[in-house]
Amino acid sequence: MTVQAASMPVTAAAPAKQRRFHMRPSRIVINIVLAAIAIFWLVPSVGVFIISLRPNSDFEVSGWWTVFTAPAQLSFSNYQQLFSAGFKAGGVLDSLTTSIAITVPVTVLVTVISSLTAYSLVFGRWRGRTAVFLLIVALLVLPLQMALIPVASLYKVFDNATGLPLFGSVVGTIIFHVAFGLPFGIFLMRNFYSGIPHDLLEAGRIDGAGEWTLFRKVVMPIGIPALASLAIFQFIWVWNDLLVALIFLSGNPHETLTLFLYGQTRALASNYWIISTGAMISIVIPLIVFFAFQRYFVRGVLAGAVK
Amino acid sequence: MAVVAPTTDAPAEVPGGEVLPSSSKHAGGGGFRSHLGSLVFLLPGAVWLALIVVYPLIATVIRSFFDASGQNFIALGNYKAIFSTTDIIVALKNNVVWVVLFPFLVTFFGLVFAVLTERIRWSTAFKTIVFMPLVFSATAAGLTWASIFFIDPHTGMVNAAIQGAANAINPPGLYPIDPSTGQTVSGLVATGVETGPGNTLQSKDTVSAGSTIEMGMIGISPETLTTNGATTAVAPTASSGAINGLVWRDFSPTHPTARGQVFPDEDGIPGLHLALLSGSGTSVATTTTAKNGTFSFPNPGSGDYRVQVTATNFQAGFNGIFFLGTQSLTPTSSLNPTLSAIFSLPIVDIAMIIAYLWIWAGFAMVVIGAGLAALNREVLEAAQIDGASEWQTLRRVTVPMLRPVLVVVFVTMLINVLKIFDIILNMPAASSQGGAATLAVDIYNDFSSPTGEGLAAALAVVLFILVVPAMLFNLKRIRG
Repeated sequence: MTVQAASMPVTAAAPAKQRRFHMRPSRIVINIVLAAIAIFWLVPSVGVFIISLRPNSDFEVSGWWTVFTAPAQLSFSNYQQLFSAGFKAGGVLDSLTTSIAITVPVTVLVTVISSLTAYSLVFGRWRGRTAVFLLIVALLVLPLQMALIPVASLYKVFDNATGLPLFGSVVGTIIFHVAFGLPFGIFLMRNFYSGIPHDLLEAGRIDGAGEWTLFRKVVMPIGIPALASLAIFQFIWVWNDLLVALIFLSGNPHETLTLFLYGQTRALASNYWIISTGAMISIVIPLIVFFAFQRYFVRGVLAGAVK
Repeated sequence: MAVVAPTTDAPAEVPGGEVLPSSSKHAGGGGFRSHLGSLVFLLPGAVWLALIVVYPLIATVIRSFFDASGQNFIALGNYKAIFSTTDIIVALKNNVVWVVLFPFLVTFFGLVFAVLTERIRWSTAFKTIVFMPLVFSATAAGLTWASIFFIDPHTGMVNAAIQGAANAINPPGLYPIDPSTGQTVSGLVATGVETGPGNTLQSKDTVSAGSTIEMGMIGISPETLTTNGATTAVAPTASSGAINGLVWRDFSPTHPTARGQVFPDEDGIPGLHLALLSGSGTSVATTTTAKNGTFSFPNPGSGDYRVQVTATNFQAGFNGIFFLGTQSLTPTSSLNPTLSAIFSLPIVDIAMIIAYLWIWAGFAMVVIGAGLAALNREVLEAAQIDGASEWQTLRRVTVPMLRPVLVVVFVTMLINVLKIFDIILNMPAASSQGGAATLAVDIYNDFSSPTGEGLAAALAVVLFILVVPAMLFNLKRIRG
């Protein structure tokens, strides 16, 4: 839950502690300014949460901030109403499951394939590893718009050849997401594996361990923190995607949560209760992931300072 | 590189030899097998990237030289087509607005937050609060901020705040006239009144002490009158030494065309601020109409006066700024359409940049904070021992030492906003989508249109070319 646990002065020396209590005027100003900023940062989330708890008729008449004088009007009826549609395609619960059905496989595939590729890049002994790694680095910032048209055509060719629809399907969306998750995944895992001494693997090789055993028994266990960072980063990245879903799920009755929300924007003013409630539902899982694995998420973000 | 360091420092504690696989059954694993093994490991990633990233990259470049059907080679035809419309000017302009403002602002806020949080005790809480919006999708964040910027002060928080301030400084009148909706004060004239200087009305005739005056107005809704507590109009009676009068709504439902007569189903106009003007036009006394519309100036003295209905009565209230629209913050009305597309600064761009800062400032803060934590403290302490103030230390020592980290944050955010897409689909009002579009939005729109594939490919190549410098920057940085 801590962004930077090390900064807590748990064992500060007594004199230092005393000095801390004498706050200089500039310190007080800094505290006040940062408190104001923190409130400013909380307002949008709090606001949209309160809107989701109010009847839509109230939304059009008075601002959400008026609830502080009349909190009794709050209820979960908007949620009940959205959930009452059940798992019908186009409903919020169906969107929630579609988002999960896309995000979980992508996360698993990206972490596994990235670690395999990174293993090969770090511990393999084939020529051209540096060149491949630099290509991966170049692909890190490639706009995915550069791939939309040919991949859509590829999918359609595949559809015609096999009769299995990829375009407009969850599987097609997953395939595209994985491809654009790989450069970052390989980059992150390769950097992490570079810190593992080669001697460790050499010893295993001399003992006769195969590459698969070395990967599974030596490298993977060491790489777990990096894998966790990558998985969380990838999860939130895909969960929040709109563009890929917009294109590769087009025509599919099942929508992701972002598509569900975007679909509501056409009639913004009249159905903001759906938007606010849907937005809250869409951030519940990322928020849980964030608070549960904040340390790993921050690490992923630090490494992701290139994406 | 400082920023990537937290992950490249890899295993803090590499397990010892005991973790090594004990299976000696796999004896005979030689050079060849390990080569083969690691190449097999490479296979899934390589195939996936080759098929879905590298091949499409090349195919898109080729596709951009073919027409909409994809059958006919038209060389630079698509590029000529996209650069001959104002769409691309608008998109490039918006991309430039984002690129010029956003990376700088987010880096600045990230630096300020990172430095300031080192000086408070609740830095963990602060960082968590500011960092949390990063888990919001740009879709959810855009919709959230759209509600904050709604035009109606009843629902839009920013406009509510502005309205509160505006009303405190300059309270609206009871009978606001909104010129933006085509209303004018002259539309209120019915009987015995005419328009005066400014947004005022005044009695057509002069009046002197001991006599009465009636002023009829129309165009005021019965609802407004009810809200203001109006009662049935009562004709004024003369009293010596005073000017008595009536201002009433000169419209009777039972006599819709009759003017100038006070009917029993006509209301007075209450709460009007009136001024008594002397012959030279200066105000000598003021009063306010009663609920039944009557008023009285008790001791005006001798002379001829006019009664003025002051402009404050018609002062329009603040009705909200259309933050989600594309009206320009720069004056462009006198420019031709092309120049206007280039130089206009849509207000919604600023609103979106604020929302996007809300998402990303935490990222900048955490990355810069990590860089700050990795700085050599001795250098900072030496600077302070040498008598540098905190500000001087920050300006002359900390920031220059942080430069590499700041550049990384800046470039990362620059790449991010070059591709900006989701928030533009979700935050501006529907009518403003076109004016707020960026390259990525145009690509999507062209891609979705039946004849736009060639154009979308050309636009994608343009976007790719814009990203290339950042790509080279990363390559240079990684190679060291």
